[in-house]
Amino acid sequence: MNESVLSDIKVIVFQLKNEEYGVEVEQVKSIERVQQITRVPNAPEFVKGVINLRGVVTPIIDLRSRFGIEEIDYSDSTRVIIVSMNEIEVGLIVDAANDVIDIPTAAIEPPPEVVGGYEANYIRGVAKLEKRLLILLNLDKVLNTVEISDLKSVEADVQ
Amino acid sequence: MEMNQYMEMFIEESKEHLQAMNEHLLKLESNPEDGSLVNEIFRSAHTLKGMSATMGFEDLASLTHQMENVLDGIRNNEITATSDLLDVVFESVDHLEEMVVDIEGGGDGKRDVSDTVSKLKLIEEGAPQGSLPAVGSKAGAEQSTATNAGVPSFDTFEHTVLAQSKEQGYNAYFINIALREDCILKAARVYMVFEVLEQLGEVIKSYPTVDQLEEENFEREFSVTIVTKDTAADVENKIAKVSEIEKVEITDIHLDELGTSKDSPADEKKETEADSSKRSQAKSDNGDNGDKKQAAANKTIRVNIDRLDRLMNLFEELVIDRGRLEQISRELKSGELTDTVEHMSRISGDLQSIILNMRMVPVEQVFNRFPRMIRGLAKELNKKVELEIIGAETELDRTVIDEIGDPLVHLLRNSIDHGIESMEERRKKGKEEQGKITLKAYHSGNHVFIEVSDNGSGINSEKVLEKALERGVVTEEISQTMTKQQIYELLFSSGFSTAEQISDISGRGVGLDVVKNKIESLGGNVSVNSEEGEGTQFSIQLPLTLSIISVMLVEVQDEIYAIPLSSIIETAIIKEEEILSAHNQRVIDFRGNVVPLIDLTEFLDVPRTREDDEYCSIVVVRKGEKVAALVVNSFIGQQEIVLKSLGNYLTSVFAVSGATILGNGNVALILDCNSLIK
Repeated sequence: MNESVLSDIKVIVFQLKNEEYGVEVEQVKSIERVQQITRVPNAPEFVKGVINLRGVVTPIIDLRSRFGIEEIDYSDSTRVIIVSMNEIEVGLIVDAANDVIDIPTAAIEPPPEVVGGYEANYIRGVAKLEKRLLILLNLDKVLNTVEISDLKSVEADVQ
Repeated sequence: MEMNQYMEMFIEESKEHLQAMNEHLLKLESNPEDGSLVNEIFRSAHTLKGMSATMGFEDLASLTHQMENVLDGIRNNEITATSDLLDVVFESVDHLEEMVVDIEGGGDGKRDVSDTVSKLKLIEEGAPQGSLPAVGSKAGAEQSTATNAGVPSFDTFEHTVLAQSKEQGYNAYFINIALREDCILKAARVYMVFEVLEQLGEVIKSYPTVDQLEEENFEREFSVTIVTKDTAADVENKIAKVSEIEKVEITDIHLDELGTSKDSPADEKKETEADSSKRSQAKSDNGDNGDKKQAAANKTIRVNIDRLDRLMNLFEELVIDRGRLEQISRELKSGELTDTVEHMSRISGDLQSIILNMRMVPVEQVFNRFPRMIRGLAKELNKKVELEIIGAETELDRTVIDEIGDPLVHLLRNSIDHGIESMEERRKKGKEEQGKITLKAYHSGNHVFIEVSDNGSGINSEKVLEKALERGVVTEEISQTMTKQQIYELLFSSGFSTAEQISDISGRGVGLDVVKNKIESLGGNVSVNSEEGEGTQFSIQLPLTLSIISVMLVEVQDEIYAIPLSSIIETAIIKEEEILSAHNQRVIDFRGNVVPLIDLTEFLDVPRTREDDEYCSIVVVRKGEKVAALVVNSFIGQQEIVLKSLGNYLTSVFAVSGATILGNGNVALILDCNSLIK
């Protein structure tokens, strides 16, 4: 694998429920507090709406809802991680974003088979760091275009 | 040499010249006798040759040179402008275009054009000996080019002027002036020479024209014809006093030796290239004067489009801040602040119209490539088609212009492929052999309409319906009740093609739905009308601009939505009991019409936070002929807003065409009335 050549990758660590997730620093544009979100009608459940991010209208995805975890009210620690990928820019709502760490690529393992099912698609790997277990997100899948075609079928249904 | 700064200008101008050549060639084809057209083309080719040689694009220059030779032949009646011949010329123009495109893309403009060049050469040399009546060989004339500064011939008008001047005791001289090779400011020297000449007498004509001289569109030599009372020696001395002049040659003009150009065709053949161009200048003198006037009236500068875009972006930010300031001043209710903000709003309003105006370009830019395309397609399909363009001067925002080309190409191809019948078929139907496609653009309100109509076979609604059923676009049940108009609309549904045979002209029938999508993404809409046997008309409605629009802000429960003013007919407040019910659909009687009611709260799934009261606020909106009433909770007011896209993630949200940022920094969604009304 390509990554094995690199020694370290830098990830931003955030929390969802009891688990810690990581997303590569290169894909993160900024981390924001939750601000006024404008609901977008007929959008998928996990798209909470759009925000005004310094003049750019940015869609917001609730990762809990995206991963099928029960939703909670936003608190002071709730953060919006603005990620950018393939010209797509969205904000991800997470419980907390608290760390930036370097992970040796050697510590990354492929996602465990047992997890399977719904969530596993979004996982690129699992990093074991001493006592922590970090789930590395596959943003590509999280922002998958299938979702966008889902949107389209929703639209078609409405029509 | 540092050429980069000229490159942009070179590309722009080359494109303009190529376009002009295209247009004139087309006219020439239908009007082969018109000498002034050939002259126009020749002039464009000549300028292009000069420019490309200066910029060091040899291939471009040599091809234009070869074209110029052929054109010269046409001009001198040695070659007749047949359709076949023009094909070759068109081919060369195509090559030229591609070279320019290549150069624009950073290439070196090199291209193998030997085939075309040899074709041109064949025409130049071969054709006159073959089918066409020829006098003298063109090549011979070429050789004597430029060095032989013979006295030119004059048209009747100039001839008369010269004759009268002579009678009044003036001398007429033909003066050939060469600048020194190291002369830097050629235009300035020319200006000085003309200054001198105008003191001496009157300049009758010059080659190149004064315009071209001012633009330095000449090598080193130029010539003028002047009437003066001074002697030749005096004139020569005075001109020679201007610095950086290499030589001055003066020839006395004896009128009796000169025929007018029309009277002496034999004379023409011996003329040098320079002289014949001169004559051409004279012939199109009227046109030139017109050009000059125009040049004086419009002073323009070229501005890089990126800068305009940046200006627009900055202005959009300003509009958002303006909205915010207006809101703050309303809340604070301070007189002074309100005055200032109002003043600022007015000024930024003016600024807005100027900026928007700057971005407006005539649709001509898109339209002008169509005649060529239609010609090509007609030939390919062996049909006779005339394209009429009306309202090419209509202006549209540049962003719209950039996008509208493809849909129009599609519609035109459609018209020519499916619309216009073959020649035999048209004859059978008792129609003229030549079909006609009309492309018409016009302004109306805040919109621009573009219509593509043909006088072809029209749409067979039964066939359409049959196909639609076959493809499962509609169900048998619905199809029974459909009006003709609704059936035509089916053409825009995806995966639909009415052509029995798939042709490479209008593709595989992925067509019209793509057109529709594109136009709707531009905030416009497209409709079709047809009379079987008579023809079809596609009508496109487009907004004048895309980025700043006037909207009505409304509250739906606690959410704020924007409805474009362009689709609003009016707003009203109605009583609960005025709402009727028909077929499970709530309707109201609005000015004598039954209008369906759409409750936005339900429609948009807005969480209910307010009690219903006995009064309903409604916004009556329309899409084409259809009307609907949207139920909202309250009206906020009218506002200019900046249209923002929802980004690449939410590509198509139903009934929402975009978003905007309100005065308080929040986002409001803009409703798309086109998709609200079915």
